[in-house]
Amino acid sequence: MNVIESSGLGKRYGNSWALRDCSLAIPSGRVIALVGPNGAGKSTLLNLAVGLADATEGSVTVLDGRSAGSPAALDGIAFVAQDTPLYKTLTAGDMLHLTRNLNRRFDEAYARRRLDELGIPLTRKAGTLSGGQQAQLALTVALARRPQLLVLDEPMAMLDPLARHDFMATVMTAIADDDVSVVLSSHVLAELERVADYLVLLSGGSVQVAGEVDELLASHMVLTGPAAEAERYTQRLNVVNARSGGAQAHLLVRTNGRTDGVAPGWEAHPVSLEELTLAYMRDPAAASLPGPRRPVVAQPLEARL
Amino acid sequence: MSAVTSFPRAGHDGRLRPLPWRRMAWVTWRQHRVTVAAVFALLGAASAYLLISGLPMHTAYTAVAACRPAASPVCQQVAGKFLGTYAPGVGITAGLLQVIPALIGAFVGAPLLAREFEEGTFRYVWTQGFGRARWTVAKVTPLAIVVTVAAGAFSVLFSWYLAPIFGAGDDNGPLSPTAFDQLGTALAAWTLAAFAIGLLAGVVVRRVIPAVFATLATWAALAFATGLWLRAHYAPPVVTSNPIVAPGNWILSQSWTAGGRPVSLDMINQTLGRVDIRAITPELFQPGPATPANVDPVQYLMQHGYLQLTAYQPIGRFWPFQLIEGGWLLVLSVLLIATAVWLVRRRAA
Repeated sequence: MNVIESSGLGKRYGNSWALRDCSLAIPSGRVIALVGPNGAGKSTLLNLAVGLADATEGSVTVLDGRSAGSPAALDGIAFVAQDTPLYKTLTAGDMLHLTRNLNRRFDEAYARRRLDELGIPLTRKAGTLSGGQQAQLALTVALARRPQLLVLDEPMAMLDPLARHDFMATVMTAIADDDVSVVLSSHVLAELERVADYLVLLSGGSVQVAGEVDELLASHMVLTGPAAEAERYTQRLNVVNARSGGAQAHLLVRTNGRTDGVAPGWEAHPVSLEELTLAYMRDPAAASLPGPRRPVVAQPLEARL
Repeated sequence: MSAVTSFPRAGHDGRLRPLPWRRMAWVTWRQHRVTVAAVFALLGAASAYLLISGLPMHTAYTAVAACRPAASPVCQQVAGKFLGTYAPGVGITAGLLQVIPALIGAFVGAPLLAREFEEGTFRYVWTQGFGRARWTVAKVTPLAIVVTVAAGAFSVLFSWYLAPIFGAGDDNGPLSPTAFDQLGTALAAWTLAAFAIGLLAGVVVRRVIPAVFATLATWAALAFATGLWLRAHYAPPVVTSNPIVAPGNWILSQSWTAGGRPVSLDMINQTLGRVDIRAITPELFQPGPATPANVDPVQYLMQHGYLQLTAYQPIGRFWPFQLIEGGWLLVLSVLLIATAVWLVRRRAA
């Protein structure tokens, strides 16, 4: 099952394309990280997926073929938008009541228990809560809908590190308890690195990288060696990004499963998800997209290096 | 990857039954009770004022109504004295109350959707299972009905308030611009229209304060265009050469003719100069020191071959005009609200 599937998806605001020619098939999994620099089209893609925006071209479906914004799609998706908007004059209890009235399912007991654990009184007005508490309230209200897909659009951008940690803890607990897929967008990957199973990297309004995190990590590596010899690799291998510090060159290469021996004087290291993402962000021309799918030979690259 | 499994679910969309409308009752009440209370407070305060200032006026009017025969000079004098006392204040009140629909449009209609955009809460509420088009309809309908009915009830009180002024034969009848749009069906219709203008302005402008001002400007333009121009054309005016048009009829224009041709102000002044009267406008005359007593300029001109043509809307057209105005405002309001709902459906983000 795919939680988000798009083909040729594009959205134009005025004369500029916020998203263009976006074809994706994001499988249901635990956590899907949607990353990219500011203005890459992350919010646009999520707005299209949750039905808040209409596509200028192409199409997008969610949760296995439900057209975005349709009653069935709305029913299965809970969306927490950027800056976690809430009605500021309503109390936390009113927000629960409101959300229960507007949906088919609402787990009141879960929501009350969760707010109690968070120390958010039901009688407090949403506008008087701290930024972290507002984010937690928005998340609690979303999770109480028992969605199949939880979409979070940079929910932590305004939060301090402690509140970020608490927020992710709530998300991870919900994932552990329920069969819910989470799409989480961010312009920094650090907080998602440990939890993301699938990565989508947007750049300049189009998809630059999309794939399972394990596969991405297995198909990339960092080669370190004399800068003078870097040329031979750039010809033979798919170099995503090359940096040189003095005599040493660091090449992030895409091996695509090929595991040639490493030349004398060179070392190969496994790559971290953050390194990989940053390398692609530095070089928007490089791309790694799922080509025609072929069975991936289970050959752990790390083991051979 | 899941091309096969995606097809059977596609039909799922249609099978999902919409959530019942009554789910929105609490939502609308909880989020707009303060606004509704403010509307009732506004109309309540205005009603209290009408009662407090209207009751003494009604008491004073009993003497005018009881005077027999009504056409006698004594009774005319009683009525004239009554109007001299009360008509100016009533005129000011009627002028001030013109803003009621505008206030309701600007402070109930405009923020309704503009605030959702401004605060970003549309991203929360339009992604809930209820669906955003139905959410909009479910919010707008009861609020539109409440403000329309409240304004309609207020206009009943207002027509009670104005009745003595009309009864005493004031020049400004129920068709006059500041009275007409607060009587009959008009106040309710104008309030609904202002609410609909505000609603649409909120979707288009997406910010509360600019939407409020856009609403006030649009309402003012529409109300003035209607009062000053459009309403006079609901039916062709009646034209008479009788210089006495009964009070209550809505006089649109008066002009002098001689031998079937319009005459200029200079020609009128030439004629009236013989009795030392100056015509400032064709309707407004100023006697001079040499003016003989008992010379009426209108009569004098008529005796000298002039004919005064008066175009007016008879008072008997009050209700047909009310229905015409109420009708097109209702159609306009429904169109504006439908456009707002359509825009919510179309271009959310």
